Amino acid sequence: MTEVRKFSVGALTRVEGEGALEIHLRGSQVERIELRIYEPPRFFEALLRGRDLREVPDIVARICGICPVAYQMSACQALEKALGMTLPPEISHLRRLLYCGEWIESHTLHMIMLHAPDFLGFENSLEMARKHPDLFDSGLRIRKLGNDLLTILGGRAIHPINIAVGGFYRTPSAERLRGLLHEIVWAKTKLPELLRQMADWNFPQFEQDYQFVSLHEPHEYPLNTGCVAASDGLSIPIEDYEQHFREVHQPHSTALQSLRLPSLTTYLVGPLARFQLCRSQLTPAAASLANQLLGSVPLRNNAFSLLVRGIEVLFAIETAETLIRCYRDHGFPCRVEIPRRSGWGCHATEAPRGLLYHRYEVDEQGQISTATIIPPTSQNQAQIESDLRALVPSLLSASDAEATRACENLIRHYDPCISCATHFLRVRWRQNGTLRREGEPV
Amino acid sequence: MSPPIPAPDVFPNKSPVPAEQSGSNRPKLGVYKFASCDGCQLALLSVENHLRQLADSVEICYFLEASSRIVPGPYDIGIVEGSVTTAHDAERIRGIRRDCRYLIAIGACATAGGIQALRNWANVEEYLSYVYAEPQYIDTLATSTAISEHVPVDFELRGCPIEPQQLLRVISDLLVDRQPRLARHSVCVECKLRQNVCVAVARGIPCLGPITQAGCGAICPSFDRECFGCFGPQENINAASWIGHCRSTDHATSRLVQLLRNVNSYDSHFREAGDGLIAKSISVEPS
Ligand code: SF4
Ligand code: SF4
Repeated sequence: MTEVRKFSVGALTRVEGEGALEIHLRGSQVERIELRIYEPPRFFEALLRGRDLREVPDIVARICGICPVAYQMSACQALEKALGMTLPPEISHLRRLLYCGEWIESHTLHMIMLHAPDFLGFENSLEMARKHPDLFDSGLRIRKLGNDLLTILGGRAIHPINIAVGGFYRTPSAERLRGLLHEIVWAKTKLPELLRQMADWNFPQFEQDYQFVSLHEPHEYPLNTGCVAASDGLSIPIEDYEQHFREVHQPHSTALQSLRLPSLTTYLVGPLARFQLCRSQLTPAAASLANQLLGSVPLRNNAFSLLVRGIEVLFAIETAETLIRCYRDHGFPCRVEIPRRSGWGCHATEAPRGLLYHRYEVDEQGQISTATIIPPTSQNQAQIESDLRALVPSLLSASDAEATRACENLIRHYDPCISCATHFLRVRWRQNGTLRREGEPV
Repeated sequence: MSPPIPAPDVFPNKSPVPAEQSGSNRPKLGVYKFASCDGCQLALLSVENHLRQLADSVEICYFLEASSRIVPGPYDIGIVEGSVTTAHDAERIRGIRRDCRYLIAIGACATAGGIQALRNWANVEEYLSYVYAEPQYIDTLATSTAISEHVPVDFELRGCPIEPQQLLRVISDLLVDRQPRLARHSVCVECKLRQNVCVAVARGIPCLGPITQAGCGAICPSFDRECFGCFGPQENINAASWIGHCRSTDHATSRLVQLLRNVNSYDSHFREAGDGLIAKSISVEPS
């Protein structure tokens, strides 16, 4: 009789949304790994049909309260392509600035409030705050900078209301933006200090040979635009995305998983992928800090995504500074007129968690006739399962509690967003992690 | 542009919550998620300046998004985000109600079904097969409904997302057993206080501000656009007069219906107004 062991964690915590993980072992063999997404489906692609295209940025924002801007940016640009619209550079710059706000907000939320407690041995960030007040308070202060950017540009930090197909409803005030420069200058010194402390933390040793996928731009770190690049040399226009990647529906999940064609292989999107493919496009301070903290060898350990997020926050802060200093709030239309015509368009942008793809068809009345949305977490889901499959055999001698914690930590490196993936996650090591013997299967 | 007036800080000078209470005597707080975007929970984590005070005044016993620590109930206050869309969730909310002395529903999802309630007018089987290749794997109800349709709720906090200061105020009121009170006037009133130019009158854009509950600080009209009702209907809503005004300015029925059928579509007042508009347009313009 072979020993059968099943792990289950009642609920995955410190992730966005709800999901579970089940791992079934037979002896030292991993029989089955399922990252279950319990989050109930919300049917965004279906309910968008028949809506006026101008409502899309407000509706898709509601897919995710952590990264609404990502949804708004992918959607607006896909629709603008569908309608053949070209936008003045000022609007593109403001959108880049807006996206910087969301990266700062979302990355610091994950680093300080969700991820750091794993490294320092706390169950949550508020307990951590009692022992490490400077880390917590400074982290939140940087996050507030992101929220303030979002509020000035978008009207509010969660579900901004100033984002329109064609641009902005109202031109953001240059004076209010310049009011943030003081905080930006502070954050540029404080953040590297925090990241140097973090670099001394104990990082679990777990390396995989990842296929990285992200947008790539020759002259800047990708946010709103780029071609789709992969570490094996793939470089395609966004329009060809669906010929190279396919969503597959797994029985254990309300999210669709995305795999690389032709042989349905896993791939990784998000901070590590962007950093590996685009590090030479980082801004100066972010690039030099990256060299100090991470050296130049390729990263294959996703635990380091903690530091990479920090480097990306520094990038976003530097970029925001430049954009704010150059910004004049007059001399361009805040929004381009929407032409009445039918068409289809697709676009992808770099959400904090990775590439986010949207495709829409629009009819002559300006209504949405079809919508397809592929969020980063559904692209990473198969890779997370593959990582767990590789990690679990090394945990056989560990106690159930330790093994469970190692798996949960691995999942958290991904900063998975379950709300996005269903349009995420409860880890269930079945039987609450108790070791159980069962008969041979039929 | 005129400087936007920030939404009023309800705790201008004082701590949002009673001063630190000793260890295990702190009131216990649970935060639960149903079908939602996490935005309202995030709003709770966005009260940067007040977060540590809050953590000192209540014991956070269940908050999966923020903490791996789970202390078993019962709890003094349960905060629920999200709408009920599965049979399992309809059962789960009953258990939560039994566990919590006060239950607060937060956000458009929990108080009206959220944007996902648009399925309530559609065929959910068709929605399933549109989004999923293997619809048989999915467990879902035909409707997305508010928490109060399933269990009694002590306080409903509106907004998509909620205004975090309002939540702090409700928590601090409940902690001292005081009935929370929030403004019940319309977004339109907030808009006038900000001295905005009215988008409906000056620009002829249909705006839900006159029948939407205040709380956001009239953000949308301050950005030259219509309110789409994310704070839900105002108390004593007069939808008929709003419809009358919009009609007099020749707005298409379909546009008005879409405004009403957004994140608060399944709230009873917005629902009746939207359904009524459609019924009328069918009888007036027979197809
Ligand atoms: S009410 Fe809006 S912000 Fe709150 S959870 Fe629902 S969709 Fe998100
Ligand atoms: S939609 Fe209305 S209630 Fe919501 S933020 Fe805009 S103005 Fe305020």
